[in-house]
Amino acid sequence: MTAVLETPPKIDDRRAPAPKSPQRTLSRVADALLTGISKIAAIAVLLAVWEAAPRLGLVDATFLPPFSTVVQAWWDLAVSGKLLDNTQASLVRSLSGFGLAVAAAVPLGLLIGWYKPVATLLGPLLEVFRNTAALALLPVFVLLLGIGETSKIAIVFYACAWPILLNTISAVRAVDPTLLRLARSMDLSGFRLFQKVILPAAVPTVFTGIRLAGAVSILVLVAAEMVGAKAGLGYLINASQFNFAIPQMYAGIITISAIGVLFNQVLVSLERRFTSWRVPVGA
Amino acid sequence: MSAHIEFRGVTKRFEVKVRGSRQHTEFTAVDTIDLDVERGEFVVLVGPSGCGKSTLLDLLGGLTAPTGGEIVLDGKQVTGPGLDRGIVFQQYALLPWRTAQGNVEFGLEATGVPRRQRAARAREFLDLVGLTGFEDRHPHQLSGGMRQRVAIARSLAYDPQVLLMDEPFAALDAQTRESLQDELLRIWQRTGKTVVFITHSIDEAVYLGQRVVVLTSRPGRVKETVTIDLGDRTKQDDLRSSTEFARYRHRIWDLLHDEVSRAQQQEKEVVGA
Ligand SMILES: Nc1ncnc2c1ncn2[C@@H]1O[C@H](COP(=O)(O)OP(=O)(O)O)[C@@H](O)[C@H]1O
Ligand SMILES: [Mg+2]
Repeated sequence: MTAVLETPPKIDDRRAPAPKSPQRTLSRVADALLTGISKIAAIAVLLAVWEAAPRLGLVDATFLPPFSTVVQAWWDLAVSGKLLDNTQASLVRSLSGFGLAVAAAVPLGLLIGWYKPVATLLGPLLEVFRNTAALALLPVFVLLLGIGETSKIAIVFYACAWPILLNTISAVRAVDPTLLRLARSMDLSGFRLFQKVILPAAVPTVFTGIRLAGAVSILVLVAAEMVGAKAGLGYLINASQFNFAIPQMYAGIITISAIGVLFNQVLVSLERRFTSWRVPVGA
Repeated sequence: MSAHIEFRGVTKRFEVKVRGSRQHTEFTAVDTIDLDVERGEFVVLVGPSGCGKSTLLDLLGGLTAPTGGEIVLDGKQVTGPGLDRGIVFQQYALLPWRTAQGNVEFGLEATGVPRRQRAARAREFLDLVGLTGFEDRHPHQLSGGMRQRVAIARSLAYDPQVLLMDEPFAALDAQTRESLQDELLRIWQRTGKTVVFITHSIDEAVYLGQRVVVLTSRPGRVKETVTIDLGDRTKQDDLRSSTEFARYRHRIWDLLHDEVSRAQQQEKEVVGA
């Protein structure tokens, strides 16, 4: 009996994933293909309905032109260079606000999460502002900063900062207490503790906040551009509607969605890279 | 000549809130503990749950300070944590973002072992706990027993004089636990470390300890110290079913029996209050 128990731990290796066999790889590829197809299928159906509904007279083609007409309009906008100019204007604002928010909210969140006095000091303030919708403050930003770039970047910054800040704070607070005890038992300095334990432990949750902020940055920007702007995708959509250029309006909307999806995809793959050590979901 | 580790009248009280009021009362977790541990000795502390075993280990680890008395390690009073003591926690406390190798190196980073030596040293200690070939696995890819092996390797790697273990095998299944007990005895013999081991399992206490210190239920005091004379466990087959083993087990069971029922009584009183 003991002889069995003393054999190397390979036998009690139940939780370790089995080595890849060619068969498994094959079935995995098939799985990926299948999910890929079903993902595309839903969108294809949506587009088909969009194409068919106006043509069959189910909806008014003036307000919802067939998808092919919208694609044509999108192409014309792209060729004329208008699309690029507006996209660029939006992206610059969006990414600046988002980047500034990451740069400011992550360190601030770490500070608030770790130092009780800072949390006590800033807690009530946070409570008030996090419950005030960013867009409700848009007029205030316009009043204070004008309708130029500053106010747009500022509102994106403001809206993006919240998810990042709140997630970072809870990330620090949720660090496994046994890890803190371990670090303390090893007499780690405050700086090393932060660098080697708190920061890496917080990364996944911080990234969740960053991903949320990515979506927020586009949402808020479009709204801001609709209120007062001379360029940007929000402006393009709003102006097209105003001029009754409905296909162009949809072209703008599609571009926004595509950018949103792309941005999210980039953030998700970044997140994967940094948190590859995490327990796979469902394992 | 004074002992390697000395507990001299160690008492620990906690301030606890009285429910439904703002007042605090004092709560004695461990009470005037006197205990000597020799260098290289394997001492097991056993007692009913809640009797202050973990509190004692925290005190020895320097994670908390005693309310009364003192703990002396090699003639110096313990005033804080240090790398001369390595703690192995029941919950393993592995860094999930690091591999087995990285977790062992984590211990070495604190001691200032040069980077180049760290990797080799970590591999050496993973080998000691039987984990060669698993260096690149992350904790979630390891079984519970293997995780605890990594944690033991980490504590040993930075070469503390004393290994403090707080119910390290309590979360493992019986077979894994027994194989790890053998492994631990083997490592102890090879490295000559002083081990202070906590458990609430009588079998584990008898199997591992050269001396078993039986604690009373709350507040924890030393009830009796039993010297276990079973020779070299690793050289014997099926020691657990020998009559000698049974005798020791019964003796400690006797000592603990009253304490366990007293502890359960206390729990009932707390719930009923
Ligand atoms: N930080 C603390 N504050 C208040 N009470 C504590 C604290 N730590 C432990 N205790 C209490 O001290 C007693 C002993 O705890 P512990 O040492 O964890 O027991 P054991 O490890 O023997 O199960 C328990 O009743 C526990 O509730
Ligand atoms: Mg305990």
